[in-house]
Amino acid sequence: MIFLDDTDKKILNTIQFGFPLETEPYKKLGDELGISENEIIERLDRLHDEGAVRKIGPIINRRGVGGTSTLVAASVPEEKVDEVAEYINEYHEVSHNYHRPEKFNIWFTISAANRERIDTILEELHEKTGVEFVDLPTKKLFKIGVRFNIK
Amino acid sequence: MAENLDDIDEKIIKMTQNGIPLKKSPFADIASKLGISEQEVIDRLKKMQEKDIIRRFGASIGHRDIGIVANAMCVWNVPDERTEEVGTIMAGFSEVTHCYERPRAPGWDYNLFAMVHSYTKEDCEEVAARISEATGIKDYKLLYSDREFKKTGVRL
Repeated sequence: MIFLDDTDKKILNTIQFGFPLETEPYKKLGDELGISENEIIERLDRLHDEGAVRKIGPIINRRGVGGTSTLVAASVPEEKVDEVAEYINEYHEVSHNYHRPEKFNIWFTISAANRERIDTILEELHEKTGVEFVDLPTKKLFKIGVRFNIK
Repeated sequence: MAENLDDIDEKIIKMTQNGIPLKKSPFADIASKLGISEQEVIDRLKKMQEKDIIRRFGASIGHRDIGIVANAMCVWNVPDERTEEVGTIMAGFSEVTHCYERPRAPGWDYNLFAMVHSYTKEDCEEVAARISEATGIKDYKLLYSDREFKKTGVRL
């Protein structure tokens, strides 16, 4: 596990939502947090290397760009989980894929340009793996806003 | 493919979706490749945010790596006529990061999904118990992820 000091935590809690969209964002961030631009860049470089920051970029709304998404569950024998997960991960449209130790043990999300593409992916995956996939498309979105309160 | 975006917007998303560089002017290379100013790159990103094409621009956190290891998908079996009301209550909990209504399926009775991320499973269970208390929904389960096969986020 990565050790974070108070300054790291302050930076991480700020840049999840408050990343300044400016030509020199790290300078602006430094001004806001009372740290030099160079130190911000050095710290982010380290936090990125260590895995605390995956990336800084746009979080895309698939519906907003004219597309759709779904959550898919599958019940796969444990000894086949890795193999099936690899087939799933091959698709660029798969954005998340997790193992959860339950009856349905593989859970993944597909975001695609349209519903037809999702159907095609699920059919192909079924042909490749023989697994039955349970398609759970969003009926209603009540909330989305991932923000980790880093303590 | 993406009818709400023009060609330049789409290129900007594709050039930033895997992360902008950690250097003083992170938008300079993109601007010069597209033949527009850095300010235009930024203005277009802001515009896409206003139009909700981009939900937010910021850091994606490797939450497992920093100790947020209890990631619970809380699933709830809510009577159909109460989903609207219950979903709204759940979304009001600050600990809930995502909340969706999804269809039931054979062998799957749960129709509301709420994600809770925390440092310990006990924390997640405590949040779920409070949600259950607030909504009166007793039929629920917490499904924790114990392995991450992929987490790239949505990409064009």
